Amino acid sequence: MLSLTPAETQALLLSLKVAFWSVAASLPFAVALAWLLSRRRFPGKSLLDAVVHLPLVLPPVVVGYFLLLLFGRRGPIGAFLEEYLGITFAFSWTGAALACAVMGLPLLVRAVRQSLDAVDRGLEAAAATLGASPAWVFASVTLPLILPGILTGMLLSFARSLGEFGATITFVSNIPGETQTLPLAIYAFTQVPGGDAQALRLCILSILLSLGALMASEMLVRRATARAAGHDA
Amino acid sequence: MLDFKARFHAGRFELDCAFTTDPGVTALFGRSGAGKSTVLGLIAGLVRPAEGRIVVDGRVLYDSKAAIDVPAHRRRVGYVFQDSRLLPHLTVRQNLLYGRFFSRPRNGYSRLSLESIVELLGVGHLLERRPGSLSGGERQRVAIGRALLSQPALLLLDEPLASLDAPRKAEILYYIERLRDEVKIPIVYVSHSIEEVVRLADTVVLLSEGRVVESGPLAQMASRMELRGYLGRFEGGAVIEAHVAEQDLASGLARLDFAGGSLYAPDVDALVGERVRVRIRARDVSLATERPHAISMLNVIPGTVAEVGDAVGASVDVRVDSAGTSLLARITRKSVADLGLAPGRPVFALVKAVAIDRHSVGYA
Repeated sequence: MLSLTPAETQALLLSLKVAFWSVAASLPFAVALAWLLSRRRFPGKSLLDAVVHLPLVLPPVVVGYFLLLLFGRRGPIGAFLEEYLGITFAFSWTGAALACAVMGLPLLVRAVRQSLDAVDRGLEAAAATLGASPAWVFASVTLPLILPGILTGMLLSFARSLGEFGATITFVSNIPGETQTLPLAIYAFTQVPGGDAQALRLCILSILLSLGALMASEMLVRRATARAAGHDA
Repeated sequence: MLDFKARFHAGRFELDCAFTTDPGVTALFGRSGAGKSTVLGLIAGLVRPAEGRIVVDGRVLYDSKAAIDVPAHRRRVGYVFQDSRLLPHLTVRQNLLYGRFFSRPRNGYSRLSLESIVELLGVGHLLERRPGSLSGGERQRVAIGRALLSQPALLLLDEPLASLDAPRKAEILYYIERLRDEVKIPIVYVSHSIEEVVRLADTVVLLSEGRVVESGPLAQMASRMELRGYLGRFEGGAVIEAHVAEQDLASGLARLDFAGGSLYAPDVDALVGERVRVRIRARDVSLATERPHAISMLNVIPGTVAEVGDAVGASVDVRVDSAGTSLLARITRKSVADLGLAPGRPVFALVKAVAIDRHSVGYA
């Protein structure tokens, strides 16, 4: 039970890789979106807000299908990226990461935005009177204060990525070693006769992984919150 | 020093102010809602005026006609907020050095060192702590130090004592006095407490409902009777500049000499020869037309009635001139009539020594 087969290890490592990169790549966009939604007023703001939140309510298969249309080999964005930057999403693990990033984005944006809303603007004004330019204020005051929110969002989005199924399988299919993350591997095992035991092993692995991620981030968030609240560490 | 002229409105509140200040401490005085904090926000660049012109030390920070609007972070205006606003995620040391990181040494100004500020404000033992564990008074001291270390051309203090209890107030007042006398940075001090204003200010700008009612040197403003309504019912009084002539340890009294004579006051925290400022509340002064005998009041100051104010209820403020120094006495209308007080009449102003407590005396 404790030792994993090479195929299981492969699915596990791929899941972690996809989840890591989906969070890492979506983080800057999420912070920028959260900042726009929290601090700026512009026409179309509520539309942007709705679009960011769409993956939360749409069937994942719809998201996957649109990703396929846009980022597939012949899709307008996919073709452009492949030709000029050499980045391919179709049927590759990067596509799985993209699908997870889009599905996890609303969770990340929400968490960051909520903590941005809670930041005392007076502290930012105080930093400005001390000579900090807006960019410095963001880097040295705002960012440290919203760190707990960022960590929470990263955790949620990471967990979402570990569990992502519908958008991934629609967009990049179920290719072992390339796009077959843990949920996809579990699904594959349930589709073959006698795969039940295998599927169960992977299910338990999934549970352990998610529990571990939750507990680790809870600890990080607690530490960051205490720091942002100004208590001695 | 500061040349301020601005119009601003937000909702129903309208502000239309113009005043200039000399170096030293300028008090913006008025009731809450008078627009004091808004004026500071306009100077610091945190609030944008509808129109106006703000000049600090010859440097134009805002001019609507010339389309100049220096952003807050380039104004070099230190701001100490009522609620400190220390950065919670940084230690006290990091907070103190925060502004210094962005400031460049200026010609003709020696850079204040962290050590000198730490010593001046007595925050050495707090350096490694975080703001969350500091008391209100400690926070304000750190906030003042942080603003000073950003090398400001002007320091704004927005009711820095408002959230503190009495002992902490006295503590911070002491540090602000040291600041005024040792760092010699021009200060704009917002307050609605006449005690603080009297102890600290050289110039007073009296605000009411977004307008400047009057501005001028402290002693002159304090005895102006027509301003009584703005100063509050029990706050009227005169300010006398004196020097300590004698400290009698046996009786615990100090003799303070001024142009019009001498005053005895208990517990004066100053050395012989030092200049002090004494505030004498109008309600603590009685008047007599003859020098009284066999009386416990130690302070009997000869003078002449200069002005009899308008009656407010049963009481009247009478201004007495004593060799050029003004004293205010709040007495009843009945006494004015009985004694036949009118301008030109010689009188004696009587002040109980114990009415002059340590909150009434500050360094000049």
